[in-house]
Amino acid sequence: MSTATTNGKKAAQVHRPSKVGQLATWVDDRTGIAGVAKKQVRKVFPDHWSFMLGEIALWSFVVLLLTGTFLTLWFKPSMGEVVYNGSYDQLRGVSMSEAYASALHLSFDVRGGLLMRQIHHWAAMLFIAAMFVHMMRIYFTGAFRKPRELNWVIGCLLLLLGSLEGFTGYSLPDDLLSGTGLRAAGGFILAIPVVGTYISFFLFGGEFPGDAIIPRLYTAHVLLIPAVLLALIGLHMLLLVYQKHTQYAGPGRTNDNVVGYPMMPVYAAKAGGFFFIVFGVSALMGGLMSINPVWRYGPYDPSQVTAGSQPDWYMGWPDGALRIMPGWETHAFGFTLSWNIFLPIIVLPGLMFTILLMLPFIENWITGDKRDHHLLQRPRNAPTRTATMVALMTFIGLLWAAGGNDIMAIKFNLNLNYITYFIRVMVFVGPVVAFLITRRWCISLQRADRDRLLHGYESGVIMRSPEGAYAEKHLPISTGETFALTSREHDDIPAMPSDADENGVANHKVWLTRLRVRLARFWYSGNIETPSREELEAARHHADDELAEQELAEYHDSHVQHDRHGIETGEVGKH
Amino acid sequence: MTGDHEDAVRGNQDAVVAQPQPGHGLEPAGHADGPVDPFADPGLEEHEPRPTDVDEHAARRAERQIAACFMLSAFFVVLFCISFFVFKIGNNPTTILGGYGASNVTLGLFLGLALLLIGIGAIQWARKLMSDVEVVEMRHPTASSEADRVATVEALQQGVSDSGIARRPLIRNSLVGALAMLGLPVILGLRDLGPLPGNKLSVTVWRKGMRVVNDVAGTPIKPEEVEIGQLINSQPEILFEKDANGQPKYAGTELLNAKTKASTIVVRMKPEDITPTPGRENWGVSGILCFSKICTHVGCPISLWEQQTHHLLCPCHQSTFDLGNNGKVIFGPAGRPLPQLPLMVDSEGYLAAQSDFTEPVGPSFWERGER
Ligand code: FES
Repeated sequence: MSTATTNGKKAAQVHRPSKVGQLATWVDDRTGIAGVAKKQVRKVFPDHWSFMLGEIALWSFVVLLLTGTFLTLWFKPSMGEVVYNGSYDQLRGVSMSEAYASALHLSFDVRGGLLMRQIHHWAAMLFIAAMFVHMMRIYFTGAFRKPRELNWVIGCLLLLLGSLEGFTGYSLPDDLLSGTGLRAAGGFILAIPVVGTYISFFLFGGEFPGDAIIPRLYTAHVLLIPAVLLALIGLHMLLLVYQKHTQYAGPGRTNDNVVGYPMMPVYAAKAGGFFFIVFGVSALMGGLMSINPVWRYGPYDPSQVTAGSQPDWYMGWPDGALRIMPGWETHAFGFTLSWNIFLPIIVLPGLMFTILLMLPFIENWITGDKRDHHLLQRPRNAPTRTATMVALMTFIGLLWAAGGNDIMAIKFNLNLNYITYFIRVMVFVGPVVAFLITRRWCISLQRADRDRLLHGYESGVIMRSPEGAYAEKHLPISTGETFALTSREHDDIPAMPSDADENGVANHKVWLTRLRVRLARFWYSGNIETPSREELEAARHHADDELAEQELAEYHDSHVQHDRHGIETGEVGKH
Repeated sequence: MTGDHEDAVRGNQDAVVAQPQPGHGLEPAGHADGPVDPFADPGLEEHEPRPTDVDEHAARRAERQIAACFMLSAFFVVLFCISFFVFKIGNNPTTILGGYGASNVTLGLFLGLALLLIGIGAIQWARKLMSDVEVVEMRHPTASSEADRVATVEALQQGVSDSGIARRPLIRNSLVGALAMLGLPVILGLRDLGPLPGNKLSVTVWRKGMRVVNDVAGTPIKPEEVEIGQLINSQPEILFEKDANGQPKYAGTELLNAKTKASTIVVRMKPEDITPTPGRENWGVSGILCFSKICTHVGCPISLWEQQTHHLLCPCHQSTFDLGNNGKVIFGPAGRPLPQLPLMVDSEGYLAAQSDFTEPVGPSFWERGER
């Protein structure tokens, strides 16, 4: 396929009509694919551990497809009543839905069935967790910036659909726990103003629980949602390949290139191998760690409940919001509006999702940045952005903790009511505090970077000055590191607009522009600029002098005056 | 291993690409002589050959290791197959190995190891033996060229004008109308997803005179059998009755639907601990009260009873109801008190309902009204 003629050995191989060559010719004659493939075969992918997170999500989705298909061969999505007759003693003779009976059959009478069920559930956890962490990585490093905003939106949709897929999935076995979850979901829907009751009746085919919900969820779980997920994942990958992966700044790594290993063979081997790692880890988890032992819960019965009922962890935060919400309900004109349910479980997740989706666009509106970005930022170099996400995470984290308030109360022997009151306050205070701390922290880290650029790194060598003071010797950092640390874009702070433009025409939306400029100023405020070339050279020069002088001073034991070059460079070697 | 060049891409050795960094606004200085510009791109680091690149022995060793991974993987597949037949499943997986079952543990372990070893082998192959020369690929602008854009817009406009859609509004409007009408079959087609709610959420199977029975055995309850502080999970007697053919009147889905609304609890408190609201003075029988078991929050069955305080706690979101005070919410997200079922004693001395609940039970809904 290659026409490279770098050495004789290779060329000879190419001219022999190989099997691969023949096959490629056959395919290309019918598809003309070589034109597209020639670039992709050796496409470059940069290497970094944090780029693996999305891969975990991708591969666990594949594991889900494989194990899920296995499960469908035995699972019966029916709520028809049967008397269980299988191998599990404790439930034999009990009336239950066919769905639950077939879930038991899978667990006890199909060899490897329990394993597949558990791999499927663990892989689902892995899928959603990996998507969460991958999304954090994208946000914190600014990888969502132009031209990648669309992939951020697709990613958000994937997270939403993934969570829905998880919920529909763990509802299917129709055990007591999942039935309790469905019961709550039914309650949520009833709380939607005006149409809630109708939606609920149409969804459940009548009153809860009815006999329709499991088959309907099944269709959504094995057909509708996976199809959309698959299409979106395909689009996600296509855009990734077309736009080429982002990379971290470093020597030879700029905004205009991408440095890494070629698709064939290195990346293919690594990524392909990684699929087996993800599958292998899921299989080990499925074999060694019990998850969702449905046989312990028993069949669903609306008058029974297991104490400490919890949704799967990724649904925990809306559940927490529900728990700490005061019991507000409005009755007017013969209608009831349940704020206590509608706000935390319908409005809040919708709002949070919208915020998540809009983050790139909000940032872009504030900064007015129109450039293409292929170099990743370090979180510290975008303090306001980093702090925004940490604030959101704090909010979600606190709600998540609230979702386990009963467990915390029991485990730590605390008063449940006090935990609830505490979190009610903290969900408002916590994010603000987290925002401020994170922002300051980032700025301090920027300052540390600047110090490192100007004064070098701590060598670990202790020097004694003529006065008898001890200090650590600093040595300049490498050119590569200097380049990486200074590969930062300059802040582009817009000017405050006047009431009229330069032609004297009144500026109508001036308040909006002013708001934007104010936000942009806040966005960038506190940033420590990288030193200018003069500063850097002066500091290096100064440090060289000082080192030389100190070494000299050790000899002559004489007092040395420092030339400060008129620049505040800090106390080099005298910390 | 290190000589894998191509024309389009350059490896570390020959790729000292000093791309001007668009961000920092400084021109990189030349590398040839003079002081090194700290802001200039020093280019990729020299490729450091790995031991496997230069030492044939090391390469052989890596080759053997990788092959060993693959062979070991195949060995674990064999173990998987053996375990598949050796270990019996069924009955209770909780008897072996702390609850997971020998079959499940061995199958998972061997399958997992087999998969992992393939993965480890492949990655090791890539790391140790495949070329680790980094390749530089230049980016292309994401956007198309200006000429392409213009051509596309022109083509689109040509297409639109050829269709005449702008000149013939009658066609356009009637088509839009016809397409919009197709929404109706979709909506109508989904109409039979479920019946209309009617008043179904507001009524239960409870009727005047229906006995309150124990929820497990269906035995009726005599007031004197209930001790102070005791809580009994209860159901309406009809859910245990059989029809003329000896079949249960309620079974399967119907039974679950009925239980969803009609489940109750019977509690007995000291009469002096109860403060009934006006109109409820005779709803109890000597300190025995009956409440809906379904939480008014989102409908979990409530189960945790604190005898001393007469508080009933919902395990789902911890709403707490004071049964001494008409089921009032004293903590948590529930918005309404637990509905109370008026009790009486029937002619044979058993607890029975005076009527259905006087308000809808369970979670709130829009049409619920102000009761
Ligand atoms: S269902 Fe009872 S507190 Fe939420």
